[in-house]
Amino acid sequence: MGMVSNNILIELEQVSFAYAPLRPVLRDLDFILEKGEHVSLLGANGSGKTTLFHLIMGLLMHYSGSLRVFGEERRVRKDFDEVRRRIGLLFQDSDDQLFSPTVAEDIAFGPFNLGKSREDVLWIVKETLAVLGLEGFEDRVTYKLSGGEKRLVALGTVLAMRPEVLLLDEPVIGLDEEHRNRFVNILKESNLSYIIISHDHDFLEEVTNKRYLLGGGRLQGA
Amino acid sequence: MLLQFPHSPVDGTAVIAEKLSEGSSPLHRLDPRVKLCLALPYAFLVALSESVAVSCAALALGIVLVAVARLKVGLVAARLRVLFLFILLLWITLPLSMPGTAVYTIGRLSVSLGGLQRALSISLKSTAIVLLVISLLGTSTVFSLAHGLSHFRLPKKLLYLFFLSYRYIYVIGVEYRRLRDAMRVRAFKPGTNIHTYRSYGYLIGMLLIRSFERSERIYHAMLCRGFQGRFYLLDHFHMHRRDIAFLLVMSLMLIGMGLWEWFLTISL
Repeated sequence: MGMVSNNILIELEQVSFAYAPLRPVLRDLDFILEKGEHVSLLGANGSGKTTLFHLIMGLLMHYSGSLRVFGEERRVRKDFDEVRRRIGLLFQDSDDQLFSPTVAEDIAFGPFNLGKSREDVLWIVKETLAVLGLEGFEDRVTYKLSGGEKRLVALGTVLAMRPEVLLLDEPVIGLDEEHRNRFVNILKESNLSYIIISHDHDFLEEVTNKRYLLGGGRLQGA
Repeated sequence: MLLQFPHSPVDGTAVIAEKLSEGSSPLHRLDPRVKLCLALPYAFLVALSESVAVSCAALALGIVLVAVARLKVGLVAARLRVLFLFILLLWITLPLSMPGTAVYTIGRLSVSLGGLQRALSISLKSTAIVLLVISLLGTSTVFSLAHGLSHFRLPKKLLYLFFLSYRYIYVIGVEYRRLRDAMRVRAFKPGTNIHTYRSYGYLIGMLLIRSFERSERIYHAMLCRGFQGRFYLLDHFHMHRRDIAFLLVMSLMLIGMGLWEWFLTISL
């Protein structure tokens, strides 16, 4: 394990995955994410982009091939505890991500799961909201937020866990100009490595410097 | 606390109305734990009470609390309307069906005194309970009640079932309306025919599947944030002097009503 280059965060080798037998979504896919990379993942609807994210997070199992995250082979449920602590996945629909009554509590959920103390969590909530530009949103009720605010808070719930990598699934779809710009700025200032699924070419142009196209179950550099 | 869906949900920003809980009256500002502590014993006492006098006292207390909470008359009336429909049914059926001394006879039907008394007692008691619950629990948001409940060592699973149902019932409602509108814009008009039944069947089936899939996504999102089966509470309520004072006064009145009820039953 010590042999592995420290710069490689995620490495997939010959990974295949199928929801139904004989109809593979991913076919012998190879992929590497290195530290500091800002990757965009393009591809037609149903080409397996979200599937790839869910495989990396351990939400889908039973793939063939090799999946190494942070230098270690990840195969059974327990292997993914560490992955989930260190990689943040932003879901397409923020309503899926925000389930707590108030903004503060939703942001606190992850840090609490990491075993942080109440004082630390309160501080993280405050700091996260400041990063999002949503100061004073602590007691707002999550489902009463606007679509744009919801997406930012959802990003906040992920950032609050201090991840090293972000996986963003259609992060700016449906956002207005202002919220979209805010999203871009947060990403640019974050210093994180990330992979973004999006069809918004202007957005990808702004925040990523490497492109992959997923088609026929494989990745091509684009 | 009755759920109402707004009519323009398109962007998902509209919400379930909790109009009764919007306000700044002394009752709105009370600790929800105090209100929860009182609502159940009061409801039990009134429901079990046999005397008209105690029921009237409870009704009076309910009216006073609604007034203190400064609830809009229209909102309270809307909630009572549902109750009164049931009560009306009782007034029609009970006097005619209960045996007892007849006060009035129409042909073969006789109106019994016992039936009238029972109908009156149920009307008083149910109205009193609804008013008490509206003024005590309706003045807190569902979420602060869920928070309050979490301090009572209830099973966590039940609590979060309550909590998440409330969180997502609106989302499911929006999904339902989206599907229904999709049917409407393709000229669907419900009628009494197989096509209508089948279409509604699809609609409900689709709604179930989508809700199930959503629950799975929510669970996944929770797993991704390190969920291990434990929930944590960020906020803690603080009891103020006014909370304790309210709890004391209301408890004393509750005991008083209980004793009153007891004396009336043993003197009979």
